[in-house]
Amino acid sequence: MSVVRSIIDPLFRVFNDWAFWVFALTTIAAAIAVVVSQNVVRMAFWLIISLGATAGLFFSLDADFVGSAQLLIYVGGTLVLLIFGVMLTASGPFVKIKTSPGEGVLAALIGVLLLSLILYSACAVDWSQNENYDLQGRVASGFNVPAEGNTTHTLGLSLLSARPDKDLGSTTASLTSGYLLPFEIVSVHLLVVLVGASYLARAKRRKEPAAPQSSA
Amino acid sequence: MPAPDLSVYLFVAAILFVCGVVCMATKRNAIGVLMGVELVLNGANLNFVAFARYTSLGLDGQVMSLFVIVLAAAEAAIALAIALNFYNNHLTIDVDRADELQG
Repeated sequence: MSVVRSIIDPLFRVFNDWAFWVFALTTIAAAIAVVVSQNVVRMAFWLIISLGATAGLFFSLDADFVGSAQLLIYVGGTLVLLIFGVMLTASGPFVKIKTSPGEGVLAALIGVLLLSLILYSACAVDWSQNENYDLQGRVASGFNVPAEGNTTHTLGLSLLSARPDKDLGSTTASLTSGYLLPFEIVSVHLLVVLVGASYLARAKRRKEPAAPQSSA
Repeated sequence: MPAPDLSVYLFVAAILFVCGVVCMATKRNAIGVLMGVELVLNGANLNFVAFARYTSLGLDGQVMSLFVIVLAAAEAAIALAIALNFYNNHLTIDVDRADELQG
């Protein structure tokens, strides 16, 4: 056993050092490939790669439940839905709808300008200035069974408006508010979306084929 | 390799956001525009989770990103239903042809 551990442990350490950069570069490269590629099926493929690598970034940020939800809902649900949309609409000429080269150059120019604007304004802010350092690192500490991940219990409790991550050990008298009302609103919203989507996408009765039959 | 800090995550999220905006603006396929929206929402999610990890925002950022994921799924379902309806009525998926309202 110890021989195996002595081989595997350095490998894990190397992986931990490099994992973030691999995931970050994959996310960026796949996002750029989504923009550049003209074939809508390839765009869907690169979007899967980009969103999956973002799930890896979430894991490296200690957000294990959000990363799993990203993989399950986004990559497993939303993108499958998008690919079904591609399958149902990609007949012949619509697989490749090209934008003209001039528009591409203009879009790239505007994109670079927008990116530099965002990066300039994000770097101009000192994010650590107003920090309350007592609260830092509270997410990972306590309240959670290690085998169930380090955020699952606190996330579930915060959706029920109980906030042990902020309230335990706090010196203020008031309790921190949770997310019970947004949770209920989102659940009703999902029901409305389900009904609305099935209403919009229902099979329509066609009038054209019925007319010759009735006349004949 | 140096350990990443908040600014690196902000950089990745900014690139995701800009890619999504350019994708929304340039693609003529309606499904492509939808993919641009997904990229933008993903960049915002990455910002939320990064601030949850590196500042005292704490768990609230992760809760917000969960809400964003759920709302993105709902938005994709509705937008796909609309795109399929448009395809059934016009036999094309090109958003430049959707000009009946003369907007």
